[in-house]
Amino acid sequence: MPTDESADLIELTREVCRRELAPRVDAAEAAGEMPREIFRTLGRSGLLSLPYDEELGGGGVPYEVYLQVVEEIASVWMSVAVGVSVHALTCFPTVTAGTPAQQESLLRDMLSGELLGAYCLSEREAGSDIASMRTRAVEHEGGFSIRGTKAWISHAGHADYYTSFVRTDDLGGKGLSCFVVPADAAGLTVATPERKMGLACDPVAEVTFDDVHVDADRLVGERGQGMQLALAALDAGRLGIAAAATGLAQAALDLAVRYAGERQQFGRSIGGFQGLGFMLADMEAAVSSARSSYLFAARLKDAGRPFSKQAAVAKLMATDNAMKVTTDAVQVLGGAGYTADFPAERFMRDAKVTQIFEGTNQIQRLVISRHLLNH
Amino acid sequence: MNIVVCVKYVPDAQGDRTFKDDNTTDREGVDGLLSELDEYAVEAALKLKESGEGEVTVVTVGPEAAADAVKKSLQMGADKGVHVCDDAIHGSDAAATSLLLAEAIKKSGEYDLVLAGLASTDGTMSVVPAMLAERLGLPQVTQVSTLEVEGGTVKGRRDSDVASDTIEASLPALVSVTDQINEPRYPSFKGIMAAKKKPVETWSLADLGVDAERVGLAGSWTKVTSFAKRPPREKGEIVTDEGDGGTKLAEYLAAQKFV
Repeated sequence: MPTDESADLIELTREVCRRELAPRVDAAEAAGEMPREIFRTLGRSGLLSLPYDEELGGGGVPYEVYLQVVEEIASVWMSVAVGVSVHALTCFPTVTAGTPAQQESLLRDMLSGELLGAYCLSEREAGSDIASMRTRAVEHEGGFSIRGTKAWISHAGHADYYTSFVRTDDLGGKGLSCFVVPADAAGLTVATPERKMGLACDPVAEVTFDDVHVDADRLVGERGQGMQLALAALDAGRLGIAAAATGLAQAALDLAVRYAGERQQFGRSIGGFQGLGFMLADMEAAVSSARSSYLFAARLKDAGRPFSKQAAVAKLMATDNAMKVTTDAVQVLGGAGYTADFPAERFMRDAKVTQIFEGTNQIQRLVISRHLLNH
Repeated sequence: MNIVVCVKYVPDAQGDRTFKDDNTTDREGVDGLLSELDEYAVEAALKLKESGEGEVTVVTVGPEAAADAVKKSLQMGADKGVHVCDDAIHGSDAAATSLLLAEAIKKSGEYDLVLAGLASTDGTMSVVPAMLAERLGLPQVTQVSTLEVEGGTVKGRRDSDVASDTIEASLPALVSVTDQINEPRYPSFKGIMAAKKKPVETWSLADLGVDAERVGLAGSWTKVTSFAKRPPREKGEIVTDEGDGGTKLAEYLAAQKFV
């Protein structure tokens, strides 16, 4: 921790997690309920706006510290940690490219802690290949009219605004623009949520824009700057996912260690058998190296140095490791791990999506190799 | 309105709490924190401050680490802190503690209202507020679940099993509040940053003009002579229902004099 205040911030996060998140997580995940009130509690404590400048209404916290907050939250409730990371992502374009007027009129509210955002980038036919997106904004008097459908949108139906990337010009990747669309805009509808494998408390659905009018002052950044903003936001967002995956893996490891110490077979705790002891050691190494890789990337970012490659490495490492560690945790718990009476199986289900969203791990490898080969 | 809130630094109730060789609370084996029951008093003070004008001062008596309880209160929004800290205080009982609190409150300046929690989560005696009121010569309104201040009076409701009393007193007064009165806020990150710049006074016995013989283990009127761990919970009795489960349950409850 770089300062006493950062240590106090982590302490505050742990307290909120212990008192507000831990008592609710199991029931809410089983029921698949979006814990909107939890986000208000986090917001009021300033935990939804940490990495952005104080002048903009944020916490002015280094990324290195913000990510540790995300990790702490994930170690108790993965869906909420992902939500915190997604919210930070939705603020990114207005923070980096918004006009002073937009930072006053839009961003203040976005960083107030009361609002929750959604990030509309993917479409059914435009996932990794975002430049092929078809949702279109047509300029008309006083603004734009958006038409199309976005897919895989976290917080859909619960968000207060949708940071949306849409096509404004037929110029491939150079023809995309970013808009902040209010949730109550006429013509914006949310489909039935997807039936997912994990992250049950993170509602994901398609969002359809049926000639949704947005005022011109909700275009964030230059017309055509959308792709650049989306990719930059994802560089930072990937670190949030890496930190969340690390917290999830830590929770699985802690559970496995506790169980291996308590469970008796052949007259001794099973952790005493080298077969399991070594598994736990590998899990610890996987969690620690994941943490090191996201902290390294975060320090580069905090120092103002290029961090895109290292963010991709961190996302790749932390999420692949989380998949491995959570799978092994189920194994350590044996039959108990396969039941819903223990959270190991939920950790494993929650881990899977981290290898998929915010750039699949195949895309991370593409990003890394392009950096290496200067493509 | 100037409000003083008494807070206590206690071992985390979720930890494995124990005593030291001299039968005082072990403060090293378990992490300490602001007594959760005192958070309600801090919150009550902050609400009063926010609805009008005034300043909230938190006062604690305790070892060096007790500064954390003051810090947490300042992070929540209190304006300044007083920490009475002196090696000679170690082992002070409730009466001695109330003496120290009274002297610290007098020294801290003008006040209209002194707030305290229901009880500490470690000692749980719930007598310090009453003793403190006596020492300060204040009317005491203890264990209330509501609190209103209007003009020069304070009004609160004390709930019991049989009745709810509404109690009114003229200011200055001492009020202790229950955990039903509000929902304490968490500090915000801005609060954490702001707390750094808030003034905290640390006073010794000499600063307060209190004779060391009146406090500490030797100066306390009460003494813990021995302690025993609560016996572990025994295995419950399982009633197998063979059509007479209800009767058996009733018999059990009657035998234990529950019904």
